[in-house]
Amino acid sequence: MAMTKPTAVALDSATVAFRLADGRVYTAVEQANLAVDHGEFVAIVGPTGCGKSTLLNVTAGLLKPAAGTARIFDKPLAGLNRDAGYLFQADALFPWKTAIDNVAIGLEIRGTPRSEALARAQQWLTSVGLGAFAGRYPHMLSGGQRKRVALAQVLIRDPKILLMDEPFGPLDAQTRQIMGNLLLELWTADRKAVLFVTHDLEEAIALADRVVIMSAGPSARIIGDWRITLPRPRDIAEIRMEKDFHALHREIWGVLKDEVMKGYVQSTQAGAA
Amino acid sequence: MSRVTLLFLQILVAVVTLALWQLLSTVPVFGKVLLPPFFFSNPVDVFSQIVKWFSSGVIWKHLAITLWESILAFVIGSAGGILVGFWFARQPRVAAVFDPYVKMVNALPRVVLAPIFALWFGLGVWSKVALGVTLVFFIVFFNVYQGVKEVPTTVLDNGRMLGMNERQLMRHVYWPSALSWMFSSLHTSVGFAVVGAVVGEYLGSAAGLGYLIQQAEGVFDVAGVFAGMFVLSAFVILIDMAVTAVEKRLLVWRPTAVTRD
Repeated sequence: MAMTKPTAVALDSATVAFRLADGRVYTAVEQANLAVDHGEFVAIVGPTGCGKSTLLNVTAGLLKPAAGTARIFDKPLAGLNRDAGYLFQADALFPWKTAIDNVAIGLEIRGTPRSEALARAQQWLTSVGLGAFAGRYPHMLSGGQRKRVALAQVLIRDPKILLMDEPFGPLDAQTRQIMGNLLLELWTADRKAVLFVTHDLEEAIALADRVVIMSAGPSARIIGDWRITLPRPRDIAEIRMEKDFHALHREIWGVLKDEVMKGYVQSTQAGAA
Repeated sequence: MSRVTLLFLQILVAVVTLALWQLLSTVPVFGKVLLPPFFFSNPVDVFSQIVKWFSSGVIWKHLAITLWESILAFVIGSAGGILVGFWFARQPRVAAVFDPYVKMVNALPRVVLAPIFALWFGLGVWSKVALGVTLVFFIVFFNVYQGVKEVPTTVLDNGRMLGMNERQLMRHVYWPSALSWMFSSLHTSVGFAVVGAVVGEYLGSAAGLGYLIQQAEGVFDVAGVFAGMFVLSAFVILIDMAVTAVEKRLLVWRPTAVTRD
């Protein structure tokens, strides 16, 4: 361990299954192998309903795999993943707390004195560009601002692993790019292992060191793994114009396209049945 | 519509109603008084009765009693509702076992309980408080139960991922959510506390606004009955204004608390 840092996240033949209301067993993800190195940014891309989020929840410890193992820094994951911060797709801020209280809570429950927690929270709000909004309640903030608060809420605890479930999904295109750049800026300053789930291939290539492709569900598998060698620092908006970006996009899309179509057909059939 | 016009129109409604009432109960139309004074009294008599109550100071004792009963009913009923609501929401099995009985008791019109409470707790304050408690308890109970149950899974998962243990989840997630539901029904539960007190007084007591109305009715003093009703509505409106003020402070974080003008 002195020579090499342990792998941050290692999923080994992880299979996740749910029992449906009618008693049948639905296998969401089958035999997934995935490793995320310390400080590595990995994006998972796949068609709707392929179990991307399921894989993320296994890594978070919110779901237990039916078979296979999840190891976090070489230790088998039991219960919740205490090394991970989770940025949810839906609004997950506490609506009854102000922005600064929402950010400070992660420290407070750890026993940090309130005054210190608030001071640190104010610093984090400033670094996500919301220094002047500390006293606002979530409903007084825009969707993008709420995501910024959520990002500060997760990062203030300094997790070693950052799990993100389509965090910018509900935002408009421009705000997504701004948030993407903010994320890269924060990540460059303090490299954490990131597992970023998205259905947007362009976003994945622009952000990540590696892009992992999943097949359409049920029994989704990991079917591709690309290393993104585009130089950093990157600008999300501008990198999309570059030739290398297009080449990568074309190559990965070639694989993803079929799965997206399969996923689409399945979802329409499921709707008709 | 400007505030001044609105206020003017609102006052106009009261003035026209009172004037009609006064006219129809005193001036004969085609040789016949349309609102016989025995049944309808008239605004002047009602008003002088109210003035008499306040100038002699009789009313204060009755108001104080009714207020005290309402406060006790609200506090005890809410405390019970919060406790049981939390307990049932966190223990689905207990909730399932008690479910039919909760529904049964809640379906019962509470007025029928008044005689039994008078028997158990006497004719004093506590039989009225008990009646109010049975009304307040269920409103608070259902709201707290709902509040704990309806915490969004994402918010709960977020709390867990931020490292909260069960006790911290209780304090930072379940409790505020349950309270927000309870506060949103504050007007109803406070209103019912007053209803419990007044109905209890009406059915058997020696003091309070309900007693005052019941006494006046007993001697066919219609002016007294109306006077009691007016004092009671003013009393309820004042309490409701106090509740609104409290609500505005407590629910600042709620989007609905934002006024748009």
